[in-house]
Amino acid sequence: MEELPIRTGNDVVRVRQQVRAVAAESGLSLVDQTKLVTAASELARNALVHGGGGMARVDVVTSGAGKPGVRIGFTDDGPGIADVDQALTDGWTSGGGLGLGLSGARRLVDEFELNSKPGSGTSVVVVKWSR
Amino acid sequence: MERVPILKIGKTLFVSIQIDLQDESVMQLQEDLAEELAGTGAHGVIIDITAVEIVDSFIGRMLATIGSISRLFDAETVLVGMRPAVAITLTELGLSLRGVRTALNAEKGLALLNGSA
Amino acid sequence: MDVDSNQGRMGAYLRDHQDKVVSRWTELVVAGLRGRSSAAEVRRELEDLYSLVIRAMSGADVQAAGELRAALAELSRSRARNGFTPSETALAIFALKDAVYELVADTTDLMPEYLAFSRTIDDLGLHTFETYATAREQVIADQAASMLELTTPVIRLWDGIIAVPLVGTLDSVRTQLVMEKLLETLVATGAEHAVLDITGVPTVDTEVAQHLLKTVSAVRLVGAECIISGIRPQVAQTIVALGIEFGDIATKASLADALAHALSRTGHKIGTA
Repeated sequence: MEELPIRTGNDVVRVRQQVRAVAAESGLSLVDQTKLVTAASELARNALVHGGGGMARVDVVTSGAGKPGVRIGFTDDGPGIADVDQALTDGWTSGGGLGLGLSGARRLVDEFELNSKPGSGTSVVVVKWSR
Repeated sequence: MERVPILKIGKTLFVSIQIDLQDESVMQLQEDLAEELAGTGAHGVIIDITAVEIVDSFIGRMLATIGSISRLFDAETVLVGMRPAVAITLTELGLSLRGVRTALNAEKGLALLNGSA
Repeated sequence: MDVDSNQGRMGAYLRDHQDKVVSRWTELVVAGLRGRSSAAEVRRELEDLYSLVIRAMSGADVQAAGELRAALAELSRSRARNGFTPSETALAIFALKDAVYELVADTTDLMPEYLAFSRTIDDLGLHTFETYATAREQVIADQAASMLELTTPVIRLWDGIIAVPLVGTLDSVRTQLVMEKLLETLVATGAEHAVLDITGVPTVDTEVAQHLLKTVSAVRLVGAECIISGIRPQVAQTIVALGIEFGDIATKASLADALAHALSRTGHKIGTA
């Protein structure tokens, strides 16, 4: 629907606002909206800090059972992740943080797909369905 | 980047976050609070997050750090007004902010600092 | 002879024998429903369907097939909601085959037409079944949702003390609902104490314990305190055996103990009568 650049800290805020607006429109409950926006915040920050900047794309989707949902895709051209399983472990950090960014974001959404290879960037797609 | 103002009322520093927090603003707040605590000898800090719609792991960690820093200045930090949706999300994220005291609102937070609760 | 003209002849036959077929059809359906609908009621329903079947079979009316399917869907939805069984519901349409067969059986030259007609009815029967199943699933989903609401009351025990008596298993969906309702109530009323009573929770395994710990943690984050009460002896043994750490969370044997604890924390004195 809309591509948002992630180049600065302010862009992370803008991604959050866009996700909030789309999630509210799709009828997600307040708690689910908050979970999705929080996950988006973690992933946008990852793209900025570890990926050296990237893009976010927010879409409204419909499940097989006809329920509305929100899908967000994040891409960056950063160094990528060598060990995806390790990166998704609670408490594992490449430095600085609590190591809850990726693993925490995964717990906050209904679908989570991460693709990454060293040297070819990282893409994460998450979906949250309305209940 | 927007800056979060710090008010000093008596022996208490009062911070009410009214903006959509970006990482730089939170880091700035942490620095400003350390300066204020060192300069004023305040005994307590109240951070009101009633208006805050999301707290992610970075912001959560910064809030915990502010609590630890204030303790070095012999001051207590109370986080007040966290929204239910934010609290549920933080626990799901795996953050419990165990080192930070909390209260339902600013009034109760102040009572907690003054030892009457 | 192609299918269309088969249908046309069958349609004409059905129109000519309308009264006889509908009467027999009604008889068969009423017998299958064991007195739960009156004959007049059933006949009215079936007459509407029958005229749609004739219109659909005549081939000239393109909308009729769609209308027939919609009418059947509506019929099976209402049957599903009113607790009729799937066979009772499907009988409504399948009995038409029997009613027609009894008449056609003597006139052998209509056999190919009857077979085509029979196939159409089978197809409609399947459609009825599918709609019925979907409607029942919806009924079950609605019931599950209202059960969840009913089994998760948030009650005020005292000024500033809120309790949630949990009955049944505590899964993630339920935990979510408990947390939402509890936290909203704490924030709205300014209550600073919450009691989670688990007397009615049959088993506490690591997953249930995780859910309890999360709830306690969320209660703390909004600025209130949480006590877990109703820990039965077997539950206590399981908790210890599994090595689950409740840390510094206040736990009490009964709801009464939890209330006494919360009251003393709020500065109330309780005397024994």
